[in-house]
Amino acid sequence: MEKLYTFLKYTFITLWTVFIVAPFLWAVSTSFKDFQSVNSKVTYIPWLDFEPTLEGWRVLVKSPARGGVDIVEPYFNSIFVTCTASLVSIVLGTLAAYALSRFTFKAGFVRNNDITFFFISQRIMPPIVLSIPFFIFLSTIGLLDSLLGLVVVYIVLLMPIAVWIMVDFFNRVPKELDETALIDGCNPYQAFYKVVLPNSIPGLIVAGMFCIIFGWIDFFFAFILTFTEVQLLPVKVVALNSSITPWWSLSASALISVAPLIIVAFVVERYLSKGNLSGALK
Amino acid sequence: MNFKHKFVFLFPGLFVLIGILIFPIIFTIRLSLSGWNSYTPEMNFIGITNYIRLFTDDPRFWESFFRLSFLSVTTVILQYVIGFALALMVWREIKFKRFFRVIFLIPMMTTPVIMTVIWRTFFHESLGPVNDLLGNIGVKPILWLSDPVIAKFTVIIVEVWQWTPFMFLLLLAGLLSLPKEPFLAAAIDGASPYRKFVYVTFPLMAPISIGAIIIRLIEASKIMDTVFVLTSGGPGTATETSSFYIYIKGLREFQMGYAATLSFTYLVIMIISLTIIAKVLTKLMIKE
Repeated sequence: MEKLYTFLKYTFITLWTVFIVAPFLWAVSTSFKDFQSVNSKVTYIPWLDFEPTLEGWRVLVKSPARGGVDIVEPYFNSIFVTCTASLVSIVLGTLAAYALSRFTFKAGFVRNNDITFFFISQRIMPPIVLSIPFFIFLSTIGLLDSLLGLVVVYIVLLMPIAVWIMVDFFNRVPKELDETALIDGCNPYQAFYKVVLPNSIPGLIVAGMFCIIFGWIDFFFAFILTFTEVQLLPVKVVALNSSITPWWSLSASALISVAPLIIVAFVVERYLSKGNLSGALK
Repeated sequence: MNFKHKFVFLFPGLFVLIGILIFPIIFTIRLSLSGWNSYTPEMNFIGITNYIRLFTDDPRFWESFFRLSFLSVTTVILQYVIGFALALMVWREIKFKRFFRVIFLIPMMTTPVIMTVIWRTFFHESLGPVNDLLGNIGVKPILWLSDPVIAKFTVIIVEVWQWTPFMFLLLLAGLLSLPKEPFLAAAIDGASPYRKFVYVTFPLMAPISIGAIIIRLIEASKIMDTVFVLTSGGPGTATETSSFYIYIKGLREFQMGYAATLSFTYLVIMIISLTIIAKVLTKLMIKE
């Protein structure tokens, strides 16, 4: 019985691992192919099945004028938009979460929980519902097709995540901590800044990682709200998918786009194994 | 404590969010009462004509809504079952525990649209590896993307690949935060692994499970990226979800007014149904 269970367990884990890794292996292999090896028959292993070339990768750094796909600029745009929006969301979200966790708010029938729910409920909003009004809103204030405009929109996407994680986290930081600081003569801001915040680093890191993930992987807003001036990475890669698809450069650019966040998986795992995450995520 | 301080903490975030959102929401409601389209691009007032059209003369919207419900409920159930199983397997000591944890987390870190582009080549009906490998063992080519029924399952496969890690992460974090005592007690009583799961682990995990399922349902109801790249709602309308239908009406056919009506109705339905689901789940999973 025990043996059967162990056998099934490892079989399942192995199969799932293969399922997860398969598209990546396929993409790696495809990125070294040329027209011939993609279109004649299905090939897998370089040298054995086909002659690998670096063309798919070389195209990525060529200028568009010379038939390349310039993904360097979209790359930096994506980094800029994601980081700025995450930073703003974390700062504002953490402050709001602290207020919601420590003080009581009462306005009519609205209580703390309702305010928290208001923040988090913004995630329910499907991007399509917001995209049309945002389109008109941004074009009115002249921010359509600009980095700043995207940052504004991404704040709506990310702040709910920051609030959600940080409210939960602050609820677990003992209240006595701030009370002691207040008795020692700090004002509420000093208590927050000097005492609570340094004790909340794990929560902040988790919230930050989630903001970065959900900012980096967004496609739809970038797709609707930008055209030519500014392009984000996902839009650029998907644009390659149109017309006649060069699978090799498509795969290469896809791999290079998803690479940076895979590091985040390692960081998340570290926090998980150290037990810090269980407090920050529930 | 001085009560003014609390507002200093809360208001910046709250007002930034309200400030950004107030225009879009009011605008959507106003737009839904207008006949804005590519022939008359203006904010006229036509009352509830759009709403009457939606409720009496638009089966396609309701079909797309039921399709979305089917897709999101199926994917979330699969994600929950698989995610929970995976979390249980790497919760306690096993070989290469940390390696598997990292592997299981990776898909959620990747951009859905970009991975879907890869999936599209993966499931390509004549040049993709899946049909080729299946062909080697004598299976006829499967129409992953062009058969109305199979295309739905292709979308489900991709969604499960992409988002099971999120479920896994939430559930594993929950498992790791459970108190040790109930498990010790169960061990002393000599409970079998099965009974341990049914009477100890599962009840303790119920609140966390509910939270995770609700979060995933919210995110799954927005399925859009995957469908957009993988099938573009096709073949025909076989994988068209509500968001995609609204996108077609609004930004392809430029029936802005009608699209706003769809958006607003859809949002109201989503909020009501998610609240009901949350209540029902709480009842089902937490038995007094």
